[in-house]
Amino acid sequence: MTKVTDMTNAISGAVDEGDTVYLGGFTHLIPFAAGHEIIRQGYEDLHLVRATPDLVFDQLIAAGCASSVTFSWAGNPGVGSLRAFRRAVEDGVPNEIAIDEYSHFGLVSRLFAGARDMPFAPLRSLVGSGLPEHNDHIRTVENPFDPDESVCVVPPLKPDVSIVRAQRASPEGDAHIWGISGDVTDAAFAADTVVLAVEELVDTEALRSDPNRTEIPGTVVDYVVEEPYGSHPSYTQGYYGRDNDAYLDWNEVSESHESTLEWLDEWVYGVDTRREYVEKLGVDRLLDLEPTHDYAEPIDMGRYA
Amino acid sequence: MSRGDATDSDESVDYTDTELMITRAAQELRNDDTVLVGVGVPNLACNLAKRTHAPDLQMIYESGTVDSNPDALPLSIGDPVLATGARSIVPMYEGFSRYLQGGRVDVGFLGGAQIDKRGNINSTAIGDYGDPTVRLPGSGGACEISSNAHRTLIIAPHQKRRFPESVDFVTSPGYLDGEESREDLGLRGGPEAVITDKAVMKFDDDGELYVETLHPGVTREEVQAATGWEIRFADDVTATPTPDADEIRLIREELDPDGVYTGGGD
Repeated sequence: MTKVTDMTNAISGAVDEGDTVYLGGFTHLIPFAAGHEIIRQGYEDLHLVRATPDLVFDQLIAAGCASSVTFSWAGNPGVGSLRAFRRAVEDGVPNEIAIDEYSHFGLVSRLFAGARDMPFAPLRSLVGSGLPEHNDHIRTVENPFDPDESVCVVPPLKPDVSIVRAQRASPEGDAHIWGISGDVTDAAFAADTVVLAVEELVDTEALRSDPNRTEIPGTVVDYVVEEPYGSHPSYTQGYYGRDNDAYLDWNEVSESHESTLEWLDEWVYGVDTRREYVEKLGVDRLLDLEPTHDYAEPIDMGRYA
Repeated sequence: MSRGDATDSDESVDYTDTELMITRAAQELRNDDTVLVGVGVPNLACNLAKRTHAPDLQMIYESGTVDSNPDALPLSIGDPVLATGARSIVPMYEGFSRYLQGGRVDVGFLGGAQIDKRGNINSTAIGDYGDPTVRLPGSGGACEISSNAHRTLIIAPHQKRRFPESVDFVTSPGYLDGEESREDLGLRGGPEAVITDKAVMKFDDDGELYVETLHPGVTREEVQAATGWEIRFADDVTATPTPDADEIRLIREELDPDGVYTGGGD
C-alpha cells in the first residue's frame, strides 16, 4: 500500500490525542505545514517536543494544542522571545503547560538513545547547571570504570510520532537531506510513527543514485507527503531561504493572545491546505526567498555488474 | 552612541560601543583556533578576526556546520549561508559530541541575561524557576559550550541588573560557587574574559572577576555603579585598545553593511 498521502490524512492517521509528538528540524526544515494542520484538526492534549520550539510551537501553544512542551531553547531565533510560550509558562494562557527542559546536547542525547534503544545516554554536560535540580530525567550515575567520577545521564526519548521534512523522497519514503540535518534522522528512528513531508517526490532510481545522502530510510516512515514550501517561514536548503521578515513580524503578531489568534484565523484556520497558504503568501514573496544555484560536483558510484 | 575618537593614535576613528566590543573580542581569537560562534556580535568578531589576524580561524555553529564561510550576514545560527561552502555539516548530536565534548572547540562565545562574579551565566529564568518573573529562552547549547570549550568568552552590556553577585539560575557553569571546582565536576576549560560596553574583565586564580581594562572615557565609578558587587580592579588598569580604521571599514562596509547588529549604535 502506498505511503503517499496528503497532510490532512497523515496527521489524522498518525496523531492521537495525548500523544508525544516530535517536530524535527533545527532552524532548517521545520515542519510548519504539519503544525498548522495539527492546529486545524483541533488537538488539545499533545506533548510537544522540539529542541527549538520556534514559531511553530508558539502557534500550537496559542491554539491550545499543547499540554506540555519538552525543549532546550525557547526563543525566536535571531529576534528574541517566544511570546505565546512565555504567556503559557508565566501566566497559563491559554492553558497551563508543563515544561521538560534540557540543554541542546541533553535533548539530542535523549533522542540518540531513543533511536538506538539504549537504556540511557551519558554526557559531559549539565553537571554544575541548575537543570538537574528541576528535571528528574537528568541524573548522575557512578562511572562503572572509574568510581571517582560521576556521569550525567538522560533517558531515551521515543516519541509516539515524529514529523520530519526533507528536500526529496521516493514514494517508499527514502529521503535525501542536505544542508543542516540537525535532529531529523534520530527523530525519525526514535519514533513509533513517522510522517515525512518533502519539497518534491522523485522516482526511486533518482533516490538510489546517491545512497549516502539518504538520511531517512523508508523502512521507518509511515506517511509520505509532497508539500512544496511546507517549511516556510523556515527554509529548505537549495529551495528557498528563511523568511526573516516573518520571524521579525511574529514579534508584533504575538504581542497579545488576541492578536495571535487573529493571525491564526487568517493564516491557519483561514486556509485548508499548504497550497492555499502558499497562494496567499504570493509569488513576489516566494521569489524573494529563492537562492541562486550552487550545484555540488556529481560523484561516481560506479557500476560493478 | 559614539565614544568619540581615539586621540592617542595617529588616525582618529569614530566607533560605537558595539564596534569596540567586536574588535576587542576579535583580539581574543588566535589563527589556529576553532571557535563555536553565535549570531550577532560574536559572529562579527569571528569574521573580523578571520579577515585580519586569524585567516585560518575555523568557525563552527551549534547547528552542525563546520568551518562555515558565510558570504552574507547569518541571521540565525542555522542560516543557510553557514551551510553553503562549509567544510562539513554534521548532525546536531555529532557537533555536540565529536566536536565540543571531544575537545575540538577551543573557544566558545556566550552572552546572558545575568552573569555573576564567578562567571556563572543565567539565560533560563529571572526569579524562581518554577514561577519565573521572566522566562528566558534557556540553555540551547550554552551549557555545553561553557562545560566543554577550552576557553569561553562572555559578551554582554554592562548593567547592574545583568551583573548580580550571584545568578538566579545557573544555565552555564562558570567557576561555580567556589566550593567545588570545575575539574571535580569533569568540566573542561572555563570563562576567560567578559567583554562589556564599559570594560574588559578577567578572572583571578580563585575564579573571581576583576577589571583588566576600561574603555576610553569610562571611569571606575561607572563600572562599579553597573556591577552588583564590589568589583576589584587590576593594579595596572589600562585603557582598552580601540578599533582602527581598517577594522571599522570592514565592520561597516563588509560584515554588517545594513547595520543589523551595529546600526543601533549601542
